[in-house]
Amino acid sequence: MTKITLEMVRQRAEADARTYGYYLNPDPKFLQSLLEGLKRNEERYGYPSCPCRLASGKFEFDRDIICPCDYRDPDVTEFGACYCALYVRKDVHEGKTELEPVPERRPMEKQSKAYNVAAAKEEAKATSEVKPKLMYCKQCGYVVFRDDPPYTCPICKAKKEMFAEIKTRTDFTG
Amino acid sequence: MQFSKVPGQKNQHKVVLYALSTCAWCKMTKQFLEDNDVEFEYVYVDLCEEEDKQKIRQHIQSKGGPLSYPTIIVDDNVLITGFRKDKLTEALEL
Repeated sequence: MTKITLEMVRQRAEADARTYGYYLNPDPKFLQSLLEGLKRNEERYGYPSCPCRLASGKFEFDRDIICPCDYRDPDVTEFGACYCALYVRKDVHEGKTELEPVPERRPMEKQSKAYNVAAAKEEAKATSEVKPKLMYCKQCGYVVFRDDPPYTCPICKAKKEMFAEIKTRTDFTG
Repeated sequence: MQFSKVPGQKNQHKVVLYALSTCAWCKMTKQFLEDNDVEFEYVYVDLCEEEDKQKIRQHIQSKGGPLSYPTIIVDDNVLITGFRKDKLTEALEL
């Protein structure tokens, strides 16, 4: 396995910020600390889960908090920064808006799994139904398979309301 | 559960800090307490055994807090979530 370097983590975050029109935290010391946290999580879990959230260490349960997390876009829009404040809005980057702690948006049922992985595994086994569904962006056709549509389409930036479920059916009548 | 104790001159309150070893806000909170010479004890929740994680969860939720870090509990009574200088200053009479 290739060694994870801080530079790799930084470049990945910078590239992602550019793609989405965000900025990285303007405080160099704070940013360094966040990147080190991401690096540490990638080393110990195999994926860069949010440095400011308790992870379960099990990919399926942590999928929504792998950076950039599922909650980043609504948090940056509403509060000016994501939960850990790695990604910030332009006005925050320019120092025009002061940051306040961002409240946790992640549902409690998902947070709970990190405190009792064994119980979460049992529960996952018991509920074998597939929750994720196929959805497509009505604007550009991008298709996702997950529980909920993304906050914005990663391809054309359309809002989540533009996503519609793809109803699959088995029909042999021709 | 193994708490690490940080000695300080200001020791009139019992200050417990629940933190994550990777969290930048937790680091700032710890630094703030150290800079203000506050005596406190802390534990990194992500490095705890699962049994202890559950105890921490119960402790935080029994005080009405969300499961966010840092969580600071003063005198087992006042709970502060996140790095809030204003609230820490008030609760610790700094």
